[in-house]
Amino acid sequence: MIYISDRWQHWRRDPRVAWAVYIALAALLIVLPFVTDWALGRSWVRIAAFVLLYIMLALGLNIVVGYAGLLDLGYVAFFAVGAYFYALLASPHFGLHLPFWLLLPLGSAVTCICGVLLGAPTLRLRGDYLAIVTLGFGEIIRIFLNNLDAPVNITNGPQGVNLIDPIRVGDFSLAQTQSFLGFTFPAVYNYYYLFLLLTLAVVFVSLRLEDSRIGRAWVAIREDEVAAAAMGINTRNVKLLAFAMGASFGGVAGGLFAGFQGFVSPESFTIIESIMILCMVVLGGMGHIPGVILGAVLLVALPEALRYLGPLQQALFGRVLADPADLRLLVFGLALILVMLLRPSGLWPSTVRRRELAAGAGESGHA
Amino acid sequence: MDIFLQQLVNGIVLGAIYALVALGYTMVYGILGLINFAHGEVVMIGALVALAVIQLLIGSGMPLPGPLIAAVGLAAAIPVCMALGYAIERIAYRPLRQAPRLAALITAIGVSIVLQNAAMIVWGRQYHSFPALLPATPHHFAGATVNDLQLFIVALAALIMAGLLWLVHRTRLGRAMRATSQNPEVAGLMGVNVNTVISLTFVIGSALAAVAGIMVAAYYGVAHYFMGFMLGLKAFTAAVLGGIGNIAGAMLGGLLLGVIESFGAGYIGPLTGGFLGSHYQDVFAFLVLILVLVFRPSGLLGERVSDRT
Amino acid sequence: MIRVSVTGTGLSLALALLLTGCGQQSPSSGGVVRIGQVSPLTGPQSHLGKDNDNGARLAIDEMNAKGLTLGGVKVKFELVSEDDQADPKTGTIVAQKLVDAKVAGVIGHLNSGTTIPASKIYHDAGIPQVSPSATNPKYTQQGYKGAFRVMANDVQQGKTLGEYAVTKLGVKKIAIIDDRTAYGQGLADEFEKAAKAAGAAIVGREYTNDRSTDFRAILTSVKGKQPDLVFYGGMDTQGGPMAAQMRSLGIKARFLGGDGAQSQEFIKLAGAAAEGVVASSPGLPLDQMPGGRSFADRFNAKYGQIQIYAPYAYDAAMTLIDAMVKANSTDPAKYLPELAKTSRQGVSGPIAFDDKGDLKNGPITLYIVKGGKWHALETVGGTAAAAENK
Repeated sequence: MIYISDRWQHWRRDPRVAWAVYIALAALLIVLPFVTDWALGRSWVRIAAFVLLYIMLALGLNIVVGYAGLLDLGYVAFFAVGAYFYALLASPHFGLHLPFWLLLPLGSAVTCICGVLLGAPTLRLRGDYLAIVTLGFGEIIRIFLNNLDAPVNITNGPQGVNLIDPIRVGDFSLAQTQSFLGFTFPAVYNYYYLFLLLTLAVVFVSLRLEDSRIGRAWVAIREDEVAAAAMGINTRNVKLLAFAMGASFGGVAGGLFAGFQGFVSPESFTIIESIMILCMVVLGGMGHIPGVILGAVLLVALPEALRYLGPLQQALFGRVLADPADLRLLVFGLALILVMLLRPSGLWPSTVRRRELAAGAGESGHA
Repeated sequence: MDIFLQQLVNGIVLGAIYALVALGYTMVYGILGLINFAHGEVVMIGALVALAVIQLLIGSGMPLPGPLIAAVGLAAAIPVCMALGYAIERIAYRPLRQAPRLAALITAIGVSIVLQNAAMIVWGRQYHSFPALLPATPHHFAGATVNDLQLFIVALAALIMAGLLWLVHRTRLGRAMRATSQNPEVAGLMGVNVNTVISLTFVIGSALAAVAGIMVAAYYGVAHYFMGFMLGLKAFTAAVLGGIGNIAGAMLGGLLLGVIESFGAGYIGPLTGGFLGSHYQDVFAFLVLILVLVFRPSGLLGERVSDRT
Repeated sequence: MIRVSVTGTGLSLALALLLTGCGQQSPSSGGVVRIGQVSPLTGPQSHLGKDNDNGARLAIDEMNAKGLTLGGVKVKFELVSEDDQADPKTGTIVAQKLVDAKVAGVIGHLNSGTTIPASKIYHDAGIPQVSPSATNPKYTQQGYKGAFRVMANDVQQGKTLGEYAVTKLGVKKIAIIDDRTAYGQGLADEFEKAAKAAGAAIVGREYTNDRSTDFRAILTSVKGKQPDLVFYGGMDTQGGPMAAQMRSLGIKARFLGGDGAQSQEFIKLAGAAAEGVVASSPGLPLDQMPGGRSFADRFNAKYGQIQIYAPYAYDAAMTLIDAMVKANSTDPAKYLPELAKTSRQGVSGPIAFDDKGDLKNGPITLYIVKGGKWHALETVGGTAAAAENK
């Protein structure tokens, strides 16, 4: 550990310093596509856009798992509902081409309702029973999406929905290269900025929720549901609200995904996706927004970075020792294990949690 | 009527397969409260190790009877899986015993990914055919067919369940396990070596995984590095359905899951007049599961874990 | 006091180090021509993905051994192989990566679900794409000039199978099972249409999924309907066990499959139940193709058993390079017109494209398992002229 003096503490709490940091961060995020494209290639801008999508998803799951302590293993279902809602109403499938500024909020609302519907049967369940039921719901939604092409073709089944309208306002389409103030913005950049805006909105909502009565009610339920009920908290409504809020974020992310990718199929919404989003939340630091963001960034970027194991081996050893395709996920799994062993409460947990954990370990001793 | 009987037979055998995997799963589940995602992969490694040994024996040309070769394969797989289970527990789970429960879950996921990809590197990506070593003479009754191998699997699952129940309720080790699962600290104070008991539980669970692995591979004739994933999920479902940590519950949950899936696949079509079909069999299974849990929130037979709040 | 996490810093540094290993790829220079290959190299379909990779690699290695000169420069081909994990999101990221790496052409992807969204990215960058195995008709219905496939799509194959089942195998009652993937469902639906049109009765329609290993429940339902033939739309890794389970349940019906089932793996997994199974495969039998037998021998020597699509991946690579040779250039803008005009013999069959990018008039061969081996039964469709060409 490196100890830094008290002057740092002083500095840390100075509001002017805080503003300076925020402005620097904002500037960095704005120029990120240009810098990344120049340094690493356009695929990394695309990865950055997906990182933002996953941050939204992870923050949504963070409400359910991190704040309210409800283990949800089927979160990808909300992502799927949001994506298909957009896809079905803005593509040649039904011949409807509704605008995105209508579909995204509507999709979010529909997903919200789904969250309530999925949460309702789980109210009496604790821990792993809840996990299995949510996992079941995730699978049920995916199976329905995969099979509702007969007798009435609603979702087009495993073939998926193609040629989804890109996100556009009138003539201004995000999928076309735009020019502004002398800079060119390819499609990926446009989507990146839209996702950035919405991610910031999601972060803002999460922050406000955390600090609100609802947020505290969630924490109360997470820590001790019986005591919370004794204190007068309506556990049923609060739990349903957690599911609803978490789901709504997933719905927004889903709609954006459909518009961005132009094609959705049930293969994108498997159990493994749910598990990965859960990993992002836990690995980053459950219940702590910066931690969750970090978790999402790492778990999306790391498998992509590991594609370069080939050139890395080339650079280090002069030749490729082991096929990078073989190693990629193996190293990823090892990284997961290593991080959890070294930092069990997450890479960037909230200080409250860390204190709790330290206190707990100190009291009970070691097994 | 004969279709009904056949579907029942199918369901029970499928259920016995799930039970075989779930029994090992629920042992660990009960004592640590840990969703051991890696259990399915240990089953897979058991199957692949056994296959490697069996292929060696067959390739050597020695005229040995099928069941003997299978037994040798099993004898080779069990120690490997036991060592693997012990290693996983020591390296990945023990350091996290005081940590939040979800930390161990993520580690388990990591272990699962590592084992899958390690198996992919060692045994390759292709599907391996498992030779038909065990007798499968069919018997017909009342229009349904069941063969020796199927009967053996059901009997084996029942035997293992009986053995585990005897272990947990009639031996000192079992008492120590029960004590540890209820309250590790007090058990330690009472003279139970908690670390050893937990390690032994993992080792026994992994040995069972090896048995399950070889039976699954022998029954379906296929072994593949990705086969553990779905099996692990089904075992998890079965264990929860029956009640976490409850051994009889795991058996019951497994059998019930198999029967539900079988009847679901067979009868959803006729029941809904063709509107839904057998592609919704998993939906049917999960809906039944959810219904059961709504009425019995701790599983069919209740759980056997300490009250973790 | 603040504790700056050493672990956190260490991990970030490691990540940064990893990223410095990459960076912008220099454009193909000094005669190195990059060709992309995308397929799932990890996950449940990785054995097929690796098979595609091997097929393409064999072609690349052979062309390099030949030593080609294009546009006055001696060229060396380099295969850039990427794993898309059969996930559409990853597929688009990988596609962008290949575009950044300035590949001259792409062989891939394997699954339709990843090929379709990726095709948009290749199209926007003007890079030709030849898929060895994506069979969803939508792929070539998007209007992209650079999208091709060297395998007959589901519509063509399903139709052929349906007609063959009724007219040649003479069955009247058919039960259909599919695995609910884009491939399986597409093939089964087309088969059903064609079989019905030819006069057969579909007595049962059952479904499974692509992870399942136990089919006894749906097979028992099928048994109750007493079909003459069971058609399976899906892959060999499930078709094989399915055929075996059929026999163990005492179902006497014939088993018919598509190209997903027409493989050595199917025979291994089905065991004794494979005898008498009929399956189709787009193209002509390897033995009948010039260079087909030697392709199989060369492949087996280097990579072992062919899974399913390696010959098509080989053909895709060869077709790309052939077009480059004809245009005497590796510039996509220059060789794309030649690619569209391709008319050559591959190892899987004659290769020519229609105006959408689909294989034109592709013949489809039916095979039967006799004595534990696949034997060609008959070839349907395809023009005799195309077969005799070259």
